[in-house]
Amino acid sequence: MKPSLDAYVMLSAALFAIGFLGVLVRRNTLVIYMCLELMLVAATLALVAFSRFNGTEDGDVFVFFILTVAAAEVAVGLAIIVALFRARRTVEVDRLDSMRH
Amino acid sequence: MDQIAFISLSVFSLACALGVVLSKNTVNGAMCLLLCLAGIAGLFVQLHAYFLAFILVWVYAGAVVALFLFIIMLLDMQGGQPWRFRLVQALAGFMSAALLLAGLGLLAVRGRLGAGPPAGHAAVGSSLKLYAYQLFTTYLLPVQVMGFLLLIAMLGVIVISRRMGEAEDPR
Repeated sequence: MKPSLDAYVMLSAALFAIGFLGVLVRRNTLVIYMCLELMLVAATLALVAFSRFNGTEDGDVFVFFILTVAAAEVAVGLAIIVALFRARRTVEVDRLDSMRH
Repeated sequence: MDQIAFISLSVFSLACALGVVLSKNTVNGAMCLLLCLAGIAGLFVQLHAYFLAFILVWVYAGAVVALFLFIIMLLDMQGGQPWRFRLVQALAGFMSAALLLAGLGLLAVRGRLGAGPPAGHAAVGSSLKLYAYQLFTTYLLPVQVMGFLLLIAMLGVIVISRRMGEAEDPR
């Protein structure tokens, strides 16, 4: 018996929710960034499942593009985090509060 | 057989995703992310997206997680700050994540997604050919835009790291 589309979508939603939880509860910018990546991959899992169950290739091609953009995004984001660390000597979000007021 | 593989792979990736969120050590978190991506690549294989599974392992596990580990080592956060657990914030986080999960799950159940069996798919060997065909016909413009985007991202990273380095020099 093959797993249904429901199961894939639920798994993708669960992974997305776990990533969301990490973004909300963690304080370290790098861990928050890793959780964002997790959310992105959860969304691609849903796309691939929909593409497979509808018999089209378009979702797969979208995932291909998403992976490309994610690679560029990670490079830029990590460069920004390193620049932030150089300027402020911390990556804890609690202490990065200069835009608070 | 498929069901067993699906269940074990999904439990594995969910556990590793929880490991990313809950691990105190950032390096362990990155390793959990790597394992979670491997599990998701296995799910891609089960969905007959072999090329995407390969790309996921190659780009994410090979490049992105390595970059994360490199930055973690560079900023020397290994075993550093244990995560401070604030009750109200953690409670709110858990509640909103549960709400999100419930909403998405309700959407999936109400939409009756699992009504039909998987549609017929192209043969395994022709998958890569199909990708190439799609990329060079229907999606030719996005491919060009993506190449331009990668170039801009590379230039942006160079500018960000250089400017910050020069700003520190006079000090």
